[in-house]
Amino acid sequence: MQLLAVIYIIAAVTFILGLKMLSHPATARKGNLIAAAGMAIAIIGTIFLYEHDGRNLHNYTWMFAAIIIGSAIGTLAAKKVKMTAMPEMVSLFNGMGGACAALISISEFQDIGIEAAPGLHINILPEGGQSRLLIILLGLIIGSVSFAGSIIAWGKLNSRIKDFAFKGQHLLNILLLIAILFVAAYLVFNINDGNFYLFYFVFAASLLYGILFVFPIGGADMPVVISLLNSFTGVAAACGGFLYDNKAMLTGGILVGSAGTLLTVLMCKAMNRSLTNVLIGSFGASAATTGTKKEHGAYKEISLSDAAMVMAYAHKVMIVPGYGLAVAQAQHACHDLEKLLAEKGVDVKYAIHPVAGRMPGHMNVLLAEADVSYDNLLEMEEANEEFSSTDVVLVLGANDVVNPAAKNDPASPIYGMPILEVELAKTCIVNKRSMKPGYAGIENDLFFRPKTSMLFGDAKKVLQDLIGEIKNM
Amino acid sequence: MGTILHWISSNQQMIYIVILMIFLGVEVIGRVPSVLHTPLMSGANAVHGVVIIGAIIVMGKAESDNYLALILGFLAVVLGTVNVVGGFVVTDRMLEMFRNKKTKN
Repeated sequence: MQLLAVIYIIAAVTFILGLKMLSHPATARKGNLIAAAGMAIAIIGTIFLYEHDGRNLHNYTWMFAAIIIGSAIGTLAAKKVKMTAMPEMVSLFNGMGGACAALISISEFQDIGIEAAPGLHINILPEGGQSRLLIILLGLIIGSVSFAGSIIAWGKLNSRIKDFAFKGQHLLNILLLIAILFVAAYLVFNINDGNFYLFYFVFAASLLYGILFVFPIGGADMPVVISLLNSFTGVAAACGGFLYDNKAMLTGGILVGSAGTLLTVLMCKAMNRSLTNVLIGSFGASAATTGTKKEHGAYKEISLSDAAMVMAYAHKVMIVPGYGLAVAQAQHACHDLEKLLAEKGVDVKYAIHPVAGRMPGHMNVLLAEADVSYDNLLEMEEANEEFSSTDVVLVLGANDVVNPAAKNDPASPIYGMPILEVELAKTCIVNKRSMKPGYAGIENDLFFRPKTSMLFGDAKKVLQDLIGEIKNM
Repeated sequence: MGTILHWISSNQQMIYIVILMIFLGVEVIGRVPSVLHTPLMSGANAVHGVVIIGAIIVMGKAESDNYLALILGFLAVVLGTVNVVGGFVVTDRMLEMFRNKKTKN
């Protein structure tokens, strides 16, 4: 038991160190491994050294079976997932953690009943039972909301679930939340054998709340939601820390809860929106009505050979990647084009919008996979300074992050979001699969501007064809 | 009121930890570049998998004939492990790509 205390202290320190190192590019990977090592010793230590009522834990067969199954699923899922689906994966893993916390609460609730009620009377809780029940309920509510919400976020990101909102939904959500909290509070003070089933009402209502909470939020805002749910799960884990007087759980849980909340706010900032705006705004739903009304002129197309020509003879080309690039898995083709143009003496850079793709940093991860040099990736501010001296901007499957409506249309749902000002460049070639609006469901005026020409097709195919054209020149 | 005060005084240490960790969490990731948002979120996601310790305790203290507790614990351990293992592996995969490119430069 004393050794276990030391182990938990070490684990807590590794979590802090790990997160600290994860926030610097040079040490990030090591930080992740350190946190993982801390987690491993904490798990092993708990299995073999934890004592409950003076006895070691048992059911080892079951336990190891569960750990082996979980590790196999986790490793396979994490190894197999495509770079494009990374955000969904994080959401799904987060949901698992939330579900785990909820299950712990349910299981502990059974114990409260058993301890207190040999004669079916659980109205008298044991010493400290009330606060214990409170913590159990908190863990249950937060864990269930996090689980259900994460699953919905996962479904939305891979387009299994469509945006869906109805009138009065926010009111319903608030009422539901109040009902959950009220019933939970009632249980803490008045639980007895006649009303303990209300515990399961709290469970079901929390699941429902998680679903309704994420449902109306537009798909484009899912990263923010996932980050928020991530910090929820952290708090749910911390509830476990209180339950078992376990400081490692408490440290890890609260640390993630707090860091996750800050990260959520940082992400909102990158989109120049407030968290309330994201949560209440119903981004996607309102967009459908505002975007389509305006009359647009015609757009013009550019042929592959013309596009190849324009780029090959440019001095400076700026590539703006977006989710379309990720979907088409075109990062390698993109890097090939960049190398080819560089050989021809063209200065090629990438302009990375902080929220391009489905998650902040998504594009960086993707381009890093294709070995694109770090120095060629420009952040939004740098890129915006360079656009005026750029000959050709090649927009690859990005849409909302280059939508001028964010700057000049106060009615637009993305109004106020900082964008990449690709219009400043001499020409702009936009590669898209079709004229359909982007993920946020907003029409993009950029496509109808005189300097813009469209190059339709799958990003990977188009890039490969462009490479072919340039080589034949 | 009395119960609340009692609870606070008997959980002093835990409450101190909560307060300190809130500030530390903010401090630790305060100036993270946006490049690292995704890996950091994923890493934090793995760290809250520490909830698995609770699952192990639930599973390990269950009486061998209490099937409800066993099943709940089993499920919780599986889900918790998926969270921990998957979380760390996925983060490592993301960061591996960053490192490859760094060494080349």
